[in-house]
Amino acid sequence: MMTALRARSRVSDLVVLGTLVLLAVVVPLANLLVPSDSIFHLSTFSVTLIGKYLCYALLALSVDLVWGYCGILSLGHGAFFALGGYAMGMYLMRQIGDRGVYGNPLLPDFMVFLNWQELPWYWWGFSHFPFAMLFVVLAPGLLALVFGWFAFRSRVTGVYLSIITQALTYALLLAFFRNDMGFGGNNGLTDFKEILGFDLHADGTRVALLVTSAVALALAFVGCRAISNSRYGRVVVAIRDAEDRVRFLGYRVEHFKLWIFVVSAVLAGIAGALYVPQVGIINPSEFSPLNSIEVVIWVAIGGRGWLYGAILGAVLVNYAKTQFTGLLPEAWLFVLGALFVLVTLFLPRGVAGIGRAAAAK
Amino acid sequence: MNDAIMKAAVPPVNVTATAVDAGIDTRSAADEQQDLLHGSILYLNGITVSFDGFRALDNLSLVIARGELRCIIGPNGAGKTTMMDVVTGKTRPDDGQAFFDRNTDLLKLTEPEIARAGIGRKFQKPTVFDQLPVYVNLELAMRADKGVWATLFARLSGEQRDRIDSVLHTIGLIECRRLHAGALSHGQKQWLEIGMLLMQEPQLMLVDEPVAGMTHQETERTAELLVSLAGERSVVVVEHDMEFVRSIARRVTVLHEGRVLAEGDMDTVQNDPKVIEVYLGS
Repeated sequence: MMTALRARSRVSDLVVLGTLVLLAVVVPLANLLVPSDSIFHLSTFSVTLIGKYLCYALLALSVDLVWGYCGILSLGHGAFFALGGYAMGMYLMRQIGDRGVYGNPLLPDFMVFLNWQELPWYWWGFSHFPFAMLFVVLAPGLLALVFGWFAFRSRVTGVYLSIITQALTYALLLAFFRNDMGFGGNNGLTDFKEILGFDLHADGTRVALLVTSAVALALAFVGCRAISNSRYGRVVVAIRDAEDRVRFLGYRVEHFKLWIFVVSAVLAGIAGALYVPQVGIINPSEFSPLNSIEVVIWVAIGGRGWLYGAILGAVLVNYAKTQFTGLLPEAWLFVLGALFVLVTLFLPRGVAGIGRAAAAK
Repeated sequence: MNDAIMKAAVPPVNVTATAVDAGIDTRSAADEQQDLLHGSILYLNGITVSFDGFRALDNLSLVIARGELRCIIGPNGAGKTTMMDVVTGKTRPDDGQAFFDRNTDLLKLTEPEIARAGIGRKFQKPTVFDQLPVYVNLELAMRADKGVWATLFARLSGEQRDRIDSVLHTIGLIECRRLHAGALSHGQKQWLEIGMLLMQEPQLMLVDEPVAGMTHQETERTAELLVSLAGERSVVVVEHDMEFVRSIARRVTVLHEGRVLAEGDMDTVQNDPKVIEVYLGS
């Protein structure tokens, strides 16, 4: 039975990676080469939509890593996603240059509007792509490090930890709403023009962003799988199931939790950074606690603790969301809630669990 | 015992320091304490633990000799589990001293540090990792570098595989090595946890109710195993099953209301009027 399950996991992993490679090859062809009147043509709108799903999938993967494997139910992962997004947004803002509405070569529009005379120090360096990318990783990573260090050291677990992660993202939501924070307040950062000199509205750039997202997701997936298959990954599962026992075996549980929490936050940040140029905006609503809860629902629906379940859940739920909000926008939250309840009741191991159960028989 | 050799081998600084810390002013008491410390693997002195005014341990003193197999018995609430919590760092006492291997101050270490120093513990309720295979349960318990980076890149060496296999044979779970631990019977889980303890290669093993829920044969095998381990390691067993205690114990300590009521071989203890009154009586 065990071998069957393991073989099944390997097959599922290959399916995930194969699909991502296929996307990275087929989407550019279907969008750029197939003539637009052909039924095989993929519209740029769809390209962006798929790219967005891939970013959500990466975010879901990061949540599965901490929740599915380590049992840390983070209801604030949207904060790390948004921080990565803001770091990317700051770079994109600086790329606008003097093409803003006010035509100020030094300051982004919202700063001109607020009558600011000079660029705040924390915006320095963000006109350089590598510097901004460093902060895509550093900002969520450092926040997770400091937050996790205090939380895990004080042995905050379970519901209490979930509540303080929720408080964390809510606090950031309020902070980023403030105009004097210097991140565009309510409106956030938008009106982006180019990335690395490429026009953000060009089909080619859109496709390149999608391919980058697919590659990032594939790499993250392989990395997470390597972690979950290592002895470290087993210790983390052991912590999830019997934390005290692990301590008495001589493992510093706090260090293990902190490390996986930081890795997960960094992945979420990268997802946010890839998301922002594709949707063209980042604003404080990304910090909304509701967003973070939604991610947890994707993972629960897909099936937690297997990595590919999270990806599946993110794509399925978001596809359903796209369809539903087109038909009956008011009904979506009810559908999502009902879906969550039904899956929890009848499919406690998620959609991916159906395949596992079939393999186990 | 060969006191001269022990004294030569051990720097006397720590020993004197502890005697001073304890505020023992008479020279003879200090000497006595020094002697106790020398041959001991575990030395508890005046340990007091209170929970909301209730004294779970009341000035408890206990010395376990190197290589000894000691049984600890006592009615519910006597403080047996609390004592183990103190030794393994889970509970900090309000007062007292706890030394491991003569000069390791247990009260200054965290749980993982104590485990790494060489104290292993088996819980009252068998606690194994249900979602992981039996084999992995043993691998995680194995004495090795237990840091984050080390475990990320850890690979089992041939020697380590042999070690796991030999423990699997000892605990009779070689056939179940690939099963998830959650699929084992209660008795098998007890054995797996004992196996995990063996993998840790501790100098001192604290074993809380090892035969609860075991069949008669399993109990006998457990007794054999624990007896065979003593000598090489020190073993402290907390158990309610008197027949089992009689079958393995050379020395028995009776706890009552957080302090030592009696200590000695099984017959002495069983005939002690105080013990009969509180525990074995009726």
